[in-house]
Amino acid sequence: MKQENMKIIEQKMLAPNIFEMTLEGLIVQEMLVPGQFLHCQPPTRSDLLLRRPISISSIDLKTSQCKLIYRAEGAGTKDMSQLSANETLDVLGPLGNGFPVEDISEGELVIVVGGGIGIPPLYEVARQARLRGAQVMAFLGFASKDVMFYLEEFQALGDVHVSTDDGSYGTNGHLGIILDEILPQIEPSAVYSCGPTPLLAKVDQYFEEHPRAYVSLEERMACGVGACAACVCQTKDKKTKKMRLKKVCDEGPVFATGVVNI
Amino acid sequence: MNRLAVELPGLSLKNPIMPASGCFGFGAEYAKFYDISQLGAIMVKAATLEPRDGNPTPRVAETPSGMLNAIGLQNPGIEEIMSDKLPALERFDVPIIANVAGYTIDDYTSVCERISQAPNVKAIELNISCPNVKQGGITFGTDKDVAADLTYRVKQIANVPVYVKLSPNVTDIVPIAKEVEAAGADGLSMINTLLGMRIDLKTRQPILANQTGGLSGPAIKPVAIRMIKQVSEVVNIPIIGMGGVYTVDDVLEMYMAGASAVAVGTANFTDPLICPKLIEGLPQRMDELGIESLAKLIQEVKEAR
Ligand SMILES: Cc1cc2nc3c(=O)[nH]c(=O)nc-3n(C[C@H](O)[C@H](O)[C@H](O)COP(=O)(O)OP(=O)(O)OC[C@H]3O[C@@H](n4cnc5c(N)ncnc54)[C@H](O)[C@@H]3O)c2cc1C
Ligand SMILES: Cc1cc2nc3c(=O)[nH]c(=O)nc-3n(C[C@H](O)[C@H](O)[C@H](O)COP(=O)(O)O)c2cc1C
Ligand code: FES
Repeated sequence: MKQENMKIIEQKMLAPNIFEMTLEGLIVQEMLVPGQFLHCQPPTRSDLLLRRPISISSIDLKTSQCKLIYRAEGAGTKDMSQLSANETLDVLGPLGNGFPVEDISEGELVIVVGGGIGIPPLYEVARQARLRGAQVMAFLGFASKDVMFYLEEFQALGDVHVSTDDGSYGTNGHLGIILDEILPQIEPSAVYSCGPTPLLAKVDQYFEEHPRAYVSLEERMACGVGACAACVCQTKDKKTKKMRLKKVCDEGPVFATGVVNI
Repeated sequence: MNRLAVELPGLSLKNPIMPASGCFGFGAEYAKFYDISQLGAIMVKAATLEPRDGNPTPRVAETPSGMLNAIGLQNPGIEEIMSDKLPALERFDVPIIANVAGYTIDDYTSVCERISQAPNVKAIELNISCPNVKQGGITFGTDKDVAADLTYRVKQIANVPVYVKLSPNVTDIVPIAKEVEAAGADGLSMINTLLGMRIDLKTRQPILANQTGGLSGPAIKPVAIRMIKQVSEVVNIPIIGMGGVYTVDDVLEMYMAGASAVAVGTANFTDPLICPKLIEGLPQRMDELGIESLAKLIQEVKEAR
């Protein structure tokens, strides 16, 4: 875990307000699991004190580069979107526990389920699963055709099922409709999910007892390293049924299904 | 001679910089970034008698040059803190200031009695000023008689010096400071957060689940400076200053107002290495301003009164 001014190699717009930033730095060598995040300091707005947590969407150990995909929404992410190549971004990371992928083996069916700006960390999961010889199936939900990104990238790794809330592409409606249709017909060996709460709740319910199903949560953060207790979620010990608060930043953001009170 | 050294009741500080309570967990989190033995002291997270879950989320919201928090004193309770958290800090050469909170005076005295037995706890910081808990917390800090009574009772049983952390959420902080001193406090710690609120324009609801929260960061520094100045002019016990410290200049401004040491809270979230950076940067700025040592500066500020 480090603080580093990472060099920006490229910043490009993937869709309106959706940016992909390629960063280079020593920190990348510490990124061993997908699903971790970087805590990014808005670069020019010194009145914004809190860092912004953004998931790492792909990792390249050879070039010491990684990518972030983020939506320029509020003041901090808009500020980040103004940066261009050769400038730097102050990041802290890699933070949090990512998605366990080391037990994926040849021929297994691995599914990733993502909604909107929750999709980015799933790309590296899908990529690593494919590298391990797994069959990858992606379920991706977007608000509309305009804000879709990374479709081709996911298609290069396996089957992709898409829904849009407004019906402008793929299945009309939320992703749950596709899940209800397809999940009963398949038996995935591992499930990875990130996105809006209702989607995570659905995945959590479907795969409550699945031994290798995971959801990645979001919560407002301050420190990002487990020191301030801002980012807690309610969890239940599967054996004792005892409730316990866990910190999303360092005990998550990835949790096994059936554990978190979503 | 160590120009940064300061002697305070219970605390031989190698430098005046300490992370503020609630912003540094129980230390271990930041030990991943640097050797926390460099710090003057560590003010650990509030300890209460029973474990507390704190408030629902969202617990933080950003504001211009500040943040609101409504953590609600989440902590694992005195037993786990004694058996687990404090021993984990023993391998670092750094004094611990234990922040203590409670619902009742008996809660406070029980926790203080236990926690002052930990070998690395060199002082207690009585948190009578948390704005985020419904019962206890701030009510102890806004009534001078209640604050004095609590201080007196804790002083009877604590084995280490007691610093009382004052609330800025009062019309006049001076009488409270005076009463707390008269009741036997060894030092003061000021300020805690200012009660604030933000509303989300889209949902039209407060951003914090608790509705209100404590404001911290550079936005509150002028309030802290004003209150430290007011209080230091009328008490004879040392003050640990805090509220919006981000730079070495902020540290020295706290000294000029009358503080004898400085705690850093919110700045740790922006820059996890802020405390060692301040320790490193202080001597040069002291040279520029003709400050020989912090001990001398404290003396000089007192004599100028
Ligand atoms: C573990 C994790 C991973 C994330 N990964 C991504 C990602 O890959 N791509 C992406 O676009 N977004 C991601 N987010 C959400 C992203 O952090 C927020 O959208 C962003 O912080 C909003 O900041 P802002 O300055 O645009 O908004 P503002 O409204 O200006 O932010 C105000 C404050 O609220 C906080 N905040 C607002 N929304 C969120 C949120 N959803 N989660 C946490 N804090 C929030 C901000 O950090 C800031 O402190 C992730 C969140 C978490 C917790
Ligand atoms: C997230 C957070 C948690 C805090 N928790 C505590 C606490 O447990 N006990 C306490 O006495 N003060 C607590 N405080 C107040 C700080 O110790 C400090 O007094 C205040 O934040 C002002 O300093 P700053 O502006 O440098 O942050 C907390 C502050 C923050 C931001
Ligand atoms: S953000 Fe501070 S504990 Fe998670």
